Parts: sequence; structure tokens; C-alpha cells
Amino acid sequence: MLALSVHNLSVQYQQQKVLENIHFQVPKGSITGIIGPNGAGKSTLMKAILGLVPITKGKVDVLEQPFTQQKDLIGYVPQRSEVDWDFPINALDVVLMGRYKHFKRFRPISKQEKDLAMTFLKEIGMEKYATRQISQLSGGQQQRIFLARALAQNTPIYFMDEPFAGVDAATEKMMIQLMKQWKNDGKTVIIVHHDLQTVQEYFDHVLLLNKKTIGCGKTSDVFHPQNIERTYGGSLTFPPSIAGSSL
Amino acid sequence: MITEWITLLESPNFRWVMIGSLLLGFSSGVIGCFVYLRKQSLISDGMAHATLPGVAFMYILFQNKSLPVLLIGATVTSLLATSFIQMIIKQTKLKTDAAIGVILSVFFGFGILLLSYIQQNMSGNQAGIDSFIFGQAASIVKNDVYTIGVVSLLVLLLTVIFFREFYYTTFDFTFSKGIGIPVKWVNGLLFSLLVAVIVIGIQMVGVVLIVALLITPSLAARYWTDSLGKMTVISGTFGAISGLIGTISSSVIQNLPTGPMIVLTASVLFFISLLFGSKRGMVVRRLAR
Amino acid sequence: MTTYTLWIIITGCLVGFTCGISGSILVLRKMAMIADAISHTVLLGIVLAFLVTQSISGFPMLIGALVIGLFTAIFIEMLHRTGIPSDAAIGVVFTSLFALGVVLISFVGNQVHLDVKHALMGEITFVPWNQLMIAGESYGPVAVWMLGIVCILNIVMIIIFYRPIKISTFDPAYAKLIGIPVGFIHYLLMSMVSLSTVASFDSVGAILVVAMLIVPGATAYLLSQRFLLVIVLSGLIGILSAISGYIVASFWNVSIAGAMATMTGVFFVFAYLFSPRQGVLVKKIQHKKSKVRVS
Repeated sequence: MLALSVHNLSVQYQQQKVLENIHFQVPKGSITGIIGPNGAGKSTLMKAILGLVPITKGKVDVLEQPFTQQKDLIGYVPQRSEVDWDFPINALDVVLMGRYKHFKRFRPISKQEKDLAMTFLKEIGMEKYATRQISQLSGGQQQRIFLARALAQNTPIYFMDEPFAGVDAATEKMMIQLMKQWKNDGKTVIIVHHDLQTVQEYFDHVLLLNKKTIGCGKTSDVFHPQNIERTYGGSLTFPPSIAGSSL
Repeated sequence: MITEWITLLESPNFRWVMIGSLLLGFSSGVIGCFVYLRKQSLISDGMAHATLPGVAFMYILFQNKSLPVLLIGATVTSLLATSFIQMIIKQTKLKTDAAIGVILSVFFGFGILLLSYIQQNMSGNQAGIDSFIFGQAASIVKNDVYTIGVVSLLVLLLTVIFFREFYYTTFDFTFSKGIGIPVKWVNGLLFSLLVAVIVIGIQMVGVVLIVALLITPSLAARYWTDSLGKMTVISGTFGAISGLIGTISSSVIQNLPTGPMIVLTASVLFFISLLFGSKRGMVVRRLAR
Repeated sequence: MTTYTLWIIITGCLVGFTCGISGSILVLRKMAMIADAISHTVLLGIVLAFLVTQSISGFPMLIGALVIGLFTAIFIEMLHRTGIPSDAAIGVVFTSLFALGVVLISFVGNQVHLDVKHALMGEITFVPWNQLMIAGESYGPVAVWMLGIVCILNIVMIIIFYRPIKISTFDPAYAKLIGIPVGFIHYLLMSMVSLSTVASFDSVGAILVVAMLIVPGATAYLLSQRFLLVIVLSGLIGILSAISGYIVASFWNVSIAGAMATMTGVFFVFAYLFSPRQGVLVKKIQHKKSKVRVS
């Protein structure tokens, strides 16, 4: 079964083509990386799929139904830079946002919901920081909080935009482990990523993107030097691991 | 002096005005928190200045000083100004601050032009129209307080009902959209509440300084708490105190304009908070180092 | 035209030109709202100068305005450094200082011809009456002298520091790298704005000053991309707004300052619609033409 399938998706911004005829599929229960150079339109693609950026044409299906009917099945972790870190909100409140659908109007948030949010914080090792204002957390801790919010949403599909940017090694490792666990539970994770070194280790599927689809499929099939060179336009020196492995 | 105080407090009209200033201060302090966190301080300044030609125009049109009529005019020009600002940002290379500056000064200048037209060419009782520039509590009558009070209470009620939506969309717009909050409606509602507060505030505080009643209390409140819920209550309280002190002092002391006194009170509260605030005040930060 | 109206028009033109050239630079530096803030707060400087000297002669007023103008800029910067977003910092500083100025005026206002309304709208019609008298002879209105001096000062500063101003406006990081005193240039411009404001204040009041500082600069920026041309155009648009504003005001018998501010807006709308490269209507027409060619 396909978790996500994108047909002929194009995005234009003031007569400039940002994405052209993007075409790709993501099978259910996979961890898929969206890979490409700066300005390739990775974040834009993610936002276009989620309906956060208007698309000029194209079709997006989620779990083999049109996206508009399936919105509730998607959890989204935005780029870290998109949040005002001085905002008066603490870690627990961020996680609680993920439970929005379960809140009742005119009533304060229930004890059960709060306890539930705490268990998610525990799962990522952040229960001690529940009442910390978010600017008083390290980059890695901040990212963990947003991961916990995604956990709280409990959706079958997750989209993450550069989740490892500005994150310490321990957190990155923990996050990847958590995602692999999700995968085993049958969930699908789609990640915008730019570190070529870790692609083979993290993702079982990749989409190579540079305004157009360069390649899409299993990492072992698609992620080879010719495709990478086509994606990065030859301006890249390969990390030794990849260059060595297949040349 | 003391007898003045007593006669003042005994005057029923003044009691009404005090209630009005209290409610207005509280509701603008609450809405101001969202304005501040959404970084809309300057655009709301532009909106406030832009109400002046609306007020003057309605007066010319209907020769009527009834508050609701004038406030409809204020709302229209203020909305017009906002959409002009957005048009300029979207269609030219001018940035937000220049766009706001252009619209603010031109609308206000045109308002002054209309006011001078009223003074030159219209007979009858036009006193009170130019009190919209700096605000004049003395010009407020019981009926005006009804308008101010009802709108303030409505603003507060809607904020309580939709607090979570306002909160979440302000903090993380894209995520809010993702979890199914109708963000367009929420933004529209919050914006309407902002317009409402500005419009009912101009008579008491004046178009030039009403923006201070929105942002100064909320800025001050931020120094006392890291929770948005508490911040809105503290900010509302600061706003209410400012409204009250400003109104009383300007009524007791001759010639003292109401708006600037309200704003000055809010500023004093801000500086106290900046220095001694329990969460981020300068003293606390020094000690923490 | 009598000499009386001539003096009024000259005053208006000087305001337009002086504010136009200094304001345009601020618009280019994306600091239009700081100009707005300073033009409000110099009122406090004027009142303080009066409280110290007990007179409202030109020179102490200029000093008072300069001090408070710079203080405003520094204060905003300081608050911004403590983590307050710059728009809120601007808002809180200018409203506080302006409110203080207005409140102080209402205390001392009875003793002088300064009052709140005057500060806001100015009294350009009084300008010709207040002549500079030296040894019993009159040398033209004081306001014109003050504006003239500030205007020349602005021009001289722009000429002397033209290159540093230009480079630090377009690329502050690069300017710093090649050793341009970016901070000094910043406060130099703030001083120019403060002086322009205070010199204009007496005749046209705060509103027109804001309009003259921001709108002609924004208009000129829509018409041209070149730094020098934007400055010169902005000055000229300031003058045009002043003259046409005066005509409008005398025709309908309305506030001169208000009419001049309104006219800056009219010129802005023209540029917005018809600017050769930037104009919204012009773009639309070109867009249509290109479509026709394709089909």
C-alpha cells in the first residue's frame, strides 16, 4: 500500500518555477528521505504536499485517498527556525498542542490529557523539562519536544522538515531510533534531509530532487553517484563512503 | 484638591467613565498580547492613525456626534488602510515599515485636513471631534460608555472562548493548520477584535497613542511570566490600571489630556517590569548570572 | 502673490526638501518607522529645552531635539538588545516619550504659545510674523533661517559622507568589513532626522514631518533604483507636495499641514500606479501586451 503518492505536482512563485512535474511514491511503513541541494525546493515540496503552499497543478493522494480527505492522518514537524523561541510557552504545553482534537471547548485541559503528554515527554527523556520555557532548552532538546508533539498527534504518517539541523549527536541517534520504532509499528516517516553521509543509514527510500524528480525508489536502487551528480549538478565532491562503495 | 476628588467620585457620569476605562484597558491589554506576539505592533499603530479620517468624514456626512456612527467610519478607514498596506507590500519593493509609514502619515494628514474643514465650515457643536487625536475622557457620556463596555466585554468573551485557537495559531501557524484549526477564520476573528478595541479606544486614548495601550501592558506582562494565559491576565490588569489612573488624573488636573496620561502610566508599569519583573527583569537576570 | 504667502511657500518647500532628502535614506535603510518615532519624540526635547532655558528660541530647541532624537534611537536599540522585537521596541519608546512630552506641555503650555495642537499641526500661517530681528532690522522669518541652516547641514553631510552612507545602506556587513564606521553613520542619520524634524516642527507640526520624512522617500524609491537619484527625487517630491498642498489648502480653506501631507500621498499613488518600471498599472499593461504577443 502507498502511504503517499504525488502526481505531476508543480509550484510557481511569481512566474518562477520552483517545482516542476514532481512525481513520486512512498510505500507505507517506510522512512523516506527527500534529498537535494539548497534551493532544490525540498521544503517547498513538503509544504505543497501539506497544502501550506498553493500548487499550480498536480494531485496528492494519502493512503490511496485524495489528500483533502486524509488531512487528519498527517503529523508535521516544521523547521526549527520557523518558531519564535521567546514565545511564552513551556515544553508540556507544546506537546499538548498535538492533542488539540481531543480538547473540549469551554473546559480546561483534562488531567488525563496532561498525563498523556507527560508520558510522551518521558518517552523522549524530557520529563524533567516539562515546565521549562522553550528558549531555555538546547537545540536538541527543542527538537525532542517537537518530536513529542508529533507523538502526541499519533498519526500514521509524519512529515519532518530538516529535523536533525542544529541537533546534538545523542538526540539525532535517539530520534532515528524512535523513527525506526514507528516504522516497525507500520507508520510512515518522510524527512527533508541534506546530509548525504547518513542517507544510506537512515532511509530505506529516497527522493532525489532538484526542482524536478531526479530519482525515486529504494535507497539501494536510486542513491548512486550518477543520480547524485545529476541532483547536485556535478558541483559536489562525494563523501568517501558513497564514492568508494559503488565505484 | 480633596474636595475636587470627592465631588468627582460622586459624579455618576465619572463613575461610568471609570468603568469604561477599566474595561477598555483590560480588553486592549488582553488583545495586545497577541498583537505583540504576532509582531503587529506597528501595523496596529497604522490602523489607529487611519481611523481619524473615518471619524471626521462621518461627522461631515451626518453632522452627528453619536459614537456608533463615528466608529463605523473609523472601522472602514482603518480596514482600508490595512488593505492598502498589504497591497503595497505585495505589489512593490517597499518593505513593511515603509508601507505602514506611508499609509499612517497620509491617512492621518488627511484626517487633519478634514478636521480643519469641519472647524472652518461647519457650525454647531463640533467640540469633541478633535478630542479623538489625544483622547478626552471628559467628552465621554453614559451612552458612549455603553458602547465601550459592551464591545470590551464581547472582545473578552470571544477571547476566552477561542483562547486555545488564538494561542496555537500565534505560536505555530503551520502546525495549527495541520491539526485542523480553521486558521483563516481564527486570524480573521482576532483581527476583528483588534479593530474593535482600537475603534472603541480612540475616544478615550486618542488615535496617536492607542497603540501603546495595546503593546505596552503586554510587553510589561512578559517580564512576569512564561505562560501565555497568565500573561494575558497580567497584561489586562496593567491595561486596566493604566486606564483608571489616566482617566482619574486627567479629570482632576485641568488641561491634562487623558490619552497621554494613560500611556504614561502604562510606560511606568513597563519600566518597573523591565527592571524588577520576576521572569526576565534586568535585576533577576543580573542575579542569575 | 504677497511676500506673506511667499514666505509660507518657501517654508513648506524647505520642509519638503530637508525632510525629503534625509527621510529617503531612512526608507532605503528600512528604518521608516524609526523616523516616525523620532519625529514624535523630539517634542519632548523641545519641552525639556523650554523647561531648562525658559524660552523657545531656536538654538536650545535644536539641541534638545538632537539629544532626545539620539536618545530615542539608542533606547530602541537597547530594548531590542534585551530581546524585545524591534517593532514593539519602537512602539513602546515613542509612545512613552511622546506621552511624556504632551503631558509636560499641558503643564507649561499656558506660559508659552506651545500647545498640543500646535505641536501636532504646526502653525505655518504664523511663520511670516516671527521675523529674525537684528539691530532693529528684519531679516526674514526665523523658521526659514532655521530650516535653511538644517537643510544646508543635511546636504553637506550627505555630500561628505556620501559613499559610506551608500555602502552601509546597501550592505552593512560589507561596510563594517572594509572599515566604515557603521555605528557613526547610523547616528549621524538619526541626528539629521532629529534636526530636520525640530526645524520643521514649529511650522508644520509632527504629522507633516512624518509624512514628509517617509512618503516622498518611498515614492522616489518606486521611481528609481539609483541611490543619488532617490535622494534628489525625494527632495523634489517634498517640494512639489508642499506647493500643491498649499494651493489645495488655500482653495478649500483647510489645514495647510494636513493638505501637504495629503498631497505626498497623492504623489505616492501616482508612482504606485504609473512608475515606469514598478507601477502596478504599468506592470498590468505590460503583462497584457506580452500575453497578446504570445497568442
